Amino acid sequence: MKDKILLAHGSGGRMTRELIRELFQPYLHNQYLDKESDAAILKQLSGKIAVSTDAFVVNPVIFPGGDIGKLAICGTINDLAVSGAKPHSITASFILEEGLRKTELEQIVASMSSEIKNLDIALIAADTKVVPSGLCDKIYITTTGIGTVIPGLEQVSTGKGIQAGDRIILSGTIGDHGAAIFCARYPEDILTTIVSDCACLYPLIEKISSFGTGIRFMRDPTRGGLATVLCEVAENQDWGLTIKENLIPVRNEVAGLCDLVGLDPLYLANEGKFIMVAAESISNEVLTALRSHPLGKNACEIGVVTRENPGRVILETPIGGTRLLTMLSGDPLPRIC
Amino acid sequence: MNTVQALLFAIHREANQPVRLMEVCGGHTHAIRKFGIPGLLPDTVSLLSGPGCPVCVTHTGFIDQAIHLAQNYPVIITTFGDLIRVPGSGQSLETARAGGADIRIVLSPLQALSLAETERSKQVVFLGIGFETTAPSVAATILTALERRIENFSVLSAHKIMPPAMAALVNHQPNLDGFICPGHVSTITGSGIYEFLSRDHGIPCVISGFEAPDILESILLLIRQINNHQPKVEIQYKRAVKPEGNMKALEIMHEVFVLHDDWWRGMGIIPNSGLVPGGRYAGFDTLQRFSLPEFPDTDNRGCRCGDILRGLITPPECSLYGKTCTPESPAGACMVSSEGTCQAFYRYQN
Repeated sequence: MKDKILLAHGSGGRMTRELIRELFQPYLHNQYLDKESDAAILKQLSGKIAVSTDAFVVNPVIFPGGDIGKLAICGTINDLAVSGAKPHSITASFILEEGLRKTELEQIVASMSSEIKNLDIALIAADTKVVPSGLCDKIYITTTGIGTVIPGLEQVSTGKGIQAGDRIILSGTIGDHGAAIFCARYPEDILTTIVSDCACLYPLIEKISSFGTGIRFMRDPTRGGLATVLCEVAENQDWGLTIKENLIPVRNEVAGLCDLVGLDPLYLANEGKFIMVAAESISNEVLTALRSHPLGKNACEIGVVTRENPGRVILETPIGGTRLLTMLSGDPLPRIC
Repeated sequence: MNTVQALLFAIHREANQPVRLMEVCGGHTHAIRKFGIPGLLPDTVSLLSGPGCPVCVTHTGFIDQAIHLAQNYPVIITTFGDLIRVPGSGQSLETARAGGADIRIVLSPLQALSLAETERSKQVVFLGIGFETTAPSVAATILTALERRIENFSVLSAHKIMPPAMAALVNHQPNLDGFICPGHVSTITGSGIYEFLSRDHGIPCVISGFEAPDILESILLLIRQINNHQPKVEIQYKRAVKPEGNMKALEIMHEVFVLHDDWWRGMGIIPNSGLVPGGRYAGFDTLQRFSLPEFPDTDNRGCRCGDILRGLITPPECSLYGKTCTPESPAGACMVSSEGTCQAFYRYQN
């Protein structure tokens, strides 16, 4: 059983220390964690502080394009980034299931470490607990991120400055993560592999941070997909959104899977994309800036803010029909034929 | 002018009398709403949705039977995802699962068979739902189970075939002017199964594909048949459907399944419209292995799925639609399945 996590690894005693030394420290040690104190003490940060927390559960925990560790860093950092904040540091707490293979845990911790290094941020606090077999699905991770809001981007988390004529910009193809997880869950039936788009968006958003108040709103369409975010932002507003369906980029393999099993890419999760509303006057420059980064190479304008249809999202279909876009209702279920 | 514009132009020019066209395939219902087709058609063309969603036509007694089985025997129930939230008379498979029953979603019957192979100590029951499109793959799975001697696998079958339901519709729906015939079903059956509709009932039939130009072309072909008073069966979906169908799939289906009188939600019992494993395969019928009580078909009070399935009303005409019946909290099956008419209306509010 040396290769598996045991309940005793969460006891707080010698085995906990062993686990930390063996699997966590080699990847995550830094000036904060090495002190082994109960709290990290930060130097004063300048400007407005943004904080975001998120719990991560995913099955399978390792999937094409990422794993729950990468997801736990990217997910929280992306929430900071689309709120106009430069990420500063992050905390992580792990709930491990008794019996989890240490090699899996090591792979997860290593990919967290790699994302943290790429972003040049610090993991300032961490905790580990172990629960009996069957009480969690291998591993759950909760991360909390801290960042400083970039001056000029204070408005982007609420979208209060959105007005008719503004443009809606999407940073790339949709549905990749949801489709990747779906394929990974049914490997016997879906004989194709789709790679998740799981990625940290901050380096991409940094490219457009100088546009300031011309950027009205940003959000990453994770669970619920693009459609749900569009509906949320338009809800109760005195303007509406008109989206052109044929401008929304969807990878061929994602579209094919959706056709096959009856899912809709508009409602599938994304983990490395964001949508933004930008003033018409800067939209072309914003697109050029986004496309200059590999994560934004498929960025495109997909619609416009309108005076008509206040509070609603209208989707123009490729053949010129229109329909109302609604939020995700229930779970997307694969269909029969 | 592109293809879609040309087709719409022709439909507007030629649809000079009111026509009521019915599609009997959930994929078409979904596509018509998704593309926003109704808003592009002239007022003279009405599109109705028929009993084309396999989940929707399955009666509540079937769900009750599956739940009874899961709760009273050491079995693993395997099912397509669509079925999991369909309300039975008391609860759904999803709520039964939350209560501890072993109910698992699979994407194919073969996945259920693999499960039976690894879980030899338990009986694995596959909930067989679907028309001619899915029945052959379930039949092939039963053949494989026999070949590999996997004896802990069986099928609780609610499989149905389409022609008897279309005949019943024609008898009860005198105002029907044409059928947009199902694309996927026809890849298996071919076009011959619809001949009686045009020959005996004078109803034009066009087998359609699922892209917007396919559906628009099918509508145009139906309008032309109506205008010319020459009802016949045409195949628009030529890239997938052959007149003779898929002989191999049909052969397997007929080898394993036998016809029986089956209950259709909203339509009652239709003679020779259901499929159950028969002959040397009868042992794979779950009902032969377990003694299960019969459960009556009991729709939720006020739910008008039955009328919707017959094309008598559209979903907004049901008093529950969008109020107490939503995809999160469905009162009837038509709101559950992504192929259901109510969900298509709710999702793609045109």
